[in-house]
Amino acid sequence: MTGEAFVELKDVAKRWNGQLGVENISLEIEQGSFVALLGPSGCGKSTSLRLLAGLELPDEGSIWIDGRDVTTSAASDRNLSMVFQSYALFPHLSVAENVVFGLKVRRVPRAERNEKLGNALKITGLEGLEDRKPSELSGGQRQRVALARAIVAGQKLCLMDEPLSNLDAKLRASVRKDIKKLQRDLGITVVYVTHDQTEAMSMADKVVLMKDGRIQQIGSPDDLYNRPANTFVAEFVGAPPMALLDFHVLDGLQECQTLGLRAEKITIVPFGTGRLSCTVSEAEFLGSETLIGLEHDGVVGLTVLQPGLAMLAEGERIDITFNDEDLHMFNEVGERIDRH
Amino acid sequence: MSKHVNNERRRQAIYGWLLLSPAAVMLTVFAFYPSAATFWSSLFSRHTRRKPSEFVGTENYADLFADPTFWLVVQNNLFYAAVTIPVSIGIALAMALWANSKIPLRGFVRTAYFTPTVLPMIAAANLWLFFYTPGLGVLDQIGAFFGLPSVNWLGQPETALWAIIIVTIWKEAGFFMIFYLAALQTIPEDLKEAADIEGTSRWTYTRRIVIPLLMPTTLFIMVNAMINSVKLIDHLFILTKGGPSDASKLILYYIWEMAFAFFDAPHAAAMTILILAVLCIVAAIQFLYLDRRTHYQ
Repeated sequence: MTGEAFVELKDVAKRWNGQLGVENISLEIEQGSFVALLGPSGCGKSTSLRLLAGLELPDEGSIWIDGRDVTTSAASDRNLSMVFQSYALFPHLSVAENVVFGLKVRRVPRAERNEKLGNALKITGLEGLEDRKPSELSGGQRQRVALARAIVAGQKLCLMDEPLSNLDAKLRASVRKDIKKLQRDLGITVVYVTHDQTEAMSMADKVVLMKDGRIQQIGSPDDLYNRPANTFVAEFVGAPPMALLDFHVLDGLQECQTLGLRAEKITIVPFGTGRLSCTVSEAEFLGSETLIGLEHDGVVGLTVLQPGLAMLAEGERIDITFNDEDLHMFNEVGERIDRH
Repeated sequence: MSKHVNNERRRQAIYGWLLLSPAAVMLTVFAFYPSAATFWSSLFSRHTRRKPSEFVGTENYADLFADPTFWLVVQNNLFYAAVTIPVSIGIALAMALWANSKIPLRGFVRTAYFTPTVLPMIAAANLWLFFYTPGLGVLDQIGAFFGLPSVNWLGQPETALWAIIIVTIWKEAGFFMIFYLAALQTIPEDLKEAADIEGTSRWTYTRRIVIPLLMPTTLFIMVNAMINSVKLIDHLFILTKGGPSDASKLILYYIWEMAFAFFDAPHAAAMTILILAVLCIVAAIQFLYLDRRTHYQ
């Protein structure tokens, strides 16, 4: 009915005791794509995922998976798998038993079960750990058991709820690559919930940025970074986030309410020659570069990046400059104004 | 250097013993010494005015083994344990699963199930006396309504032990349910969700996930139920006094009778030692065997 969309949410809403859960969620997901639901905590991204999984039922709207209306179907009838934030491994079962649990429930014959188990363990690099209990595994290994359990059934759609949030930073980066590779190799569709924009930006084909139960922008990582739909997106995406300037700060620009500017588009120039004169509020050494925070009336979050170690004293005054085409413009309600 | 380490070790050992000593003293005075004294007195004959007590070795034990009442009581108690332990555990688990699900009046259900536990056994026995009494009792009243003849539940050998068993189960199940409820609440919600996504039925989830995760609790409850099957005899005093014709007599009641009705302390002591030995062996088996098959989180 919808042509190419593999998963589709139409005007889905879920409320708790009249309070807002999520509202007006409309989203199309193509087969084989990697979609990240991104947003601060409490924005409704997990709720959206649980609605998709069938762990919650929507109050309004409809959900379609693979051309079927599954709005009120049970979770097990939706042909999907899920990786939980806490992994939800059965603590009394061994790795192998955990992985094949779903196959056993679905009465898959033993020979086929063992073959799929071997495959899943090979893909996730868990060979040799079959008989361990989850308590005898490291965090990263547990995470991979959860992944193996999700892929063993061979479902076309896999939902992941912050699967990396319990791992340390170094492991997170490597597992991130593994998950992305896995998704490509198996050709599955992944819907991935995260509050970490690095994860979303680096893995996803399409990012859905949410706030207060509503979708703020749907687009590729490039769209979100370079063409933010509103000031919330501008401030949320990117590290450091985009600086927002009151348009009165600069002269000679067309009428709008707010201007946005990325740190990497700003250059420091000799005193007296810049477009804006600011005070240094902080300097943070990041290794390959130094992040310098600047203060100016009518400006929030202004930062500039300098290569290498380039500490500046707090309170020092510097001038900065930038090009007009690097400025993003937003109207009085914070929505993007596209330049022609 | 090594001297310093030795001193430190000795200090640690002394510290450990000091921490253990209060419990050790209490247990020695109130458990170990009485047990040993009981064993010692079980080796002597009964003291009477004509014949002073003398060492008889295992004669008291031999007497017991030759006593048909003793064997009847043992048989009663085994039957009592064999019924009350599994049935009260089963009912407790069922009630806990129900009281833990999302039902209306959940608090009320939990309280209602727990009420029998709060009642003292003597009060509970009096309550059940009112149910069992022939003619006047609730059971007979209900039976009469359907035209059934009056039954003297407590007064006939065929039903007396069963009547006692039912009171015990009624009393214990609510207590065990509390342990199961507490254990159920430690099972994370997302295990259920993970199972749901795989299409696990409620029954399979309970059998394959919930019950195995409750095993530590079940083990604890089993040991308790076993001890109770020997220990819990208060209601006998109210309901049947072990009768009719010893049909509902349990071993601890028999010990009490032996010691305080027949004033035969040596035989009572011998019986106590036998129970102690059996309980120790059974508890050891339960812990050693079941412990290996139990998952602790």
